[in-house]
Amino acid sequence: MEQYEKLYLYKRIVRAKLFIDDHYAENIDIDNIADQANFSKYHFIRLFKSIYGKTPHNYLIKVRIDKAKLLLSADVSVLETSMAIGFDSPTSFTAVFKKLVRKTPSEFQKEAKTRNAAINRNPFLFVPNCYAETNGWIK
Amino acid sequence: MITKITHTCIYVLNQDSAYDFYVNKLGFKVHTDAPMGEGARWLTVTPPEQPELEITLFLIAEGAMFNKETVSTMTALIKKGTFGAAVFTCKDLLATYEELKAKGVVFKKPPTKEFYGMEALFTDDSGNWFSLSQANS
Repeated sequence: MEQYEKLYLYKRIVRAKLFIDDHYAENIDIDNIADQANFSKYHFIRLFKSIYGKTPHNYLIKVRIDKAKLLLSADVSVLETSMAIGFDSPTSFTAVFKKLVRKTPSEFQKEAKTRNAAINRNPFLFVPNCYAETNGWIK
Repeated sequence: MITKITHTCIYVLNQDSAYDFYVNKLGFKVHTDAPMGEGARWLTVTPPEQPELEITLFLIAEGAMFNKETVSTMTALIKKGTFGAAVFTCKDLLATYEELKAKGVVFKKPPTKEFYGMEALFTDDSGNWFSLSQANS
């Protein structure tokens, strides 16, 4: 019975985590997320942190910043990126991004652009030669 | 003296499908996705907390590396679930199991207590199988 209850609890917390993964771009807050798991707010925060090592709010920020990295790498502007991941303004987005990534979104994008250009110019720089030769990519 | 593994290889039957499985289901990060000409693609991913280890999602296809017979043999063996490709670890196996199951990952073995901790087994979209473990704390 105890094991069954534990599994049921895990299902509810995982449901809340997946809710964040799917709705990170929307205006969601802890109350929305706790509702998904049918928990009181404080009980939910404690359980979520014990499983994922982060509060639901910090996890939401992490998901947003991870998505921002993908968008910035795909050459989406800082303004569009901040809107696409649910930030109210590019200023608050830039501040959070810089705090977590230790570089501004523009700096990150510039580095990604340089790397992508290098891959397109000469992909062999990124492939161990043994694989390139064995596959006949290097004649 | 050997110090680290930088690259390892998982043979897959379809790189688009493997990308979806490893990135969108397992949560791995794309390290390099480079077109190599004539339809070939160099695709590597990294586990979320191990950015220095590139896992190459290597397509089984006829070419300089594999002839037609080898492709046929390898494809049949992978689909059959012959190959165990890696052991992954996580901080909370029950939560990870529930999440991956919700995303459609197929498990061959549910979380089970072992002498070293807990283990579950799942397969990727090609048929390779993996151990997912959590060590005793």
